[in-house]
Amino acid sequence: MGAPLYSIPGTTSAPANEPAAAPAPAAAKTVAEVLAQSQVESVMDELDRDLVGLAPVKQRIRDIAALLVIDKLRSARGLQAHNPSLHMSFTGNPGTGKTTVALRMAEILHRLGYVRKGHLVAVTRDDLVGQYIGHTAPKTKEVLKKAMGGVLFIDEAYYLYRPDNERDYGQEAIEILLQVMENQRDDLVVILAGYKDRMDTFFQSNPGMSSRIAHHLDFPDYSQGELNQIAGRMLAQMNYRFGVGASEAFAEYLQRRIGQPHFANARSVRNALDRARLRQASRLFADRERELTEADLSTLSEDDIRASRHFQTS
Amino acid sequence: MMTNPTGRITQGQFSFLPDLTDEEIAMQVDYGLKKGYSWQVEYTDDPHPRNTFWEMFGMPMFDLQDPAGVMMELKNCRQTFPSHYIRLMAFDSTRGIESIAMSFIVNRPAVEPGFGVVRQEVNGRSMRYTIHSYATDKPESQRY
Repeated sequence: MGAPLYSIPGTTSAPANEPAAAPAPAAAKTVAEVLAQSQVESVMDELDRDLVGLAPVKQRIRDIAALLVIDKLRSARGLQAHNPSLHMSFTGNPGTGKTTVALRMAEILHRLGYVRKGHLVAVTRDDLVGQYIGHTAPKTKEVLKKAMGGVLFIDEAYYLYRPDNERDYGQEAIEILLQVMENQRDDLVVILAGYKDRMDTFFQSNPGMSSRIAHHLDFPDYSQGELNQIAGRMLAQMNYRFGVGASEAFAEYLQRRIGQPHFANARSVRNALDRARLRQASRLFADRERELTEADLSTLSEDDIRASRHFQTS
Repeated sequence: MMTNPTGRITQGQFSFLPDLTDEEIAMQVDYGLKKGYSWQVEYTDDPHPRNTFWEMFGMPMFDLQDPAGVMMELKNCRQTFPSHYIRLMAFDSTRGIESIAMSFIVNRPAVEPGFGVVRQEVNGRSMRYTIHSYATDKPESQRY
């Protein structure tokens, strides 16, 4: 995420992470051969390993990958294998991993050779819709051109359509999007993401959009066990760990938090952990003379968790 | 004496070669993109060699990853100006270079009348020479 969006001429950064493109895929006769050539298996395993839960989403990604692999075999045999339409919509509650999966999707499609470059361009309404007449079309087209050869990820896509304002320029952006999605589906894959109910109304009012999207993926909410797992992974990533009793305290915290409004799944977990880190920091800060060991610095104690306001209100 | 027997103007890269196909153009564009250049489409109906500033067709395209975007813009330009000269230019924004790194013509009119020498007598027997495009004798909308 920290990498700049532009590329500096003269620097040779591109080939570094490019998987060695198999030069002659003509000889592939078995699924295993195609998989070996495209290294897609490693991405799928990574997906399985890194993302907790999301079983229906993973299944659909496997299906898509399987279709693309079989299509490769078909075209090697001279059978017709026209590229399937791979535009997708990701619906789900906040924090269910839509953006994360979209990033992975770009990589998977690139490994399978469906998109040529495999970069992800993430945009929202602001990047597509202009501020005055004649501003929207060039703006949308510019974004589309940037996304060609990769995946265009439109977050909160329902904002594009404002039914209360007839003169809203969002409609113009939608029309250009539709045109490119239809005519240049070899060049880019569009992924729309948003909350379930609002995306449903968006699709109802734009039937053309709905029918051009082949894959409607619904991201389920995480169960409490999955959220615990996610918390463990986030902590491990940040080089922290739960102290004695803290893990149980956090499970109890989640139990209380899930029922409350504005619960945003993995994002809430991240925020809760961040707040716990703040409390840990000020706890350590208060004791000025103490020599802090590595264990002190990386342990979140039970008290850090239990100081949350969700424990105090009860 | 005919100095340009093919009757085609030769400006920029590849201009002595047969016209590039769209696939070949896309490959050239891809090469430029890999080098970090940004592409732009320009057109003109006055191909005088000293006319270096052609009209821009849309904005220069920065931050592209794939030639498909440039090809889309080129297709638009060809539809709008089917019998103009159209060229693609790659801009290298490296500090200290900041200039055009590649430029080639991708569309030309069916008939290119070429240039004639214009002689002007000055200061007695001195001669001044310049070249003049036959096409620009006509008004702008009728040149090609």
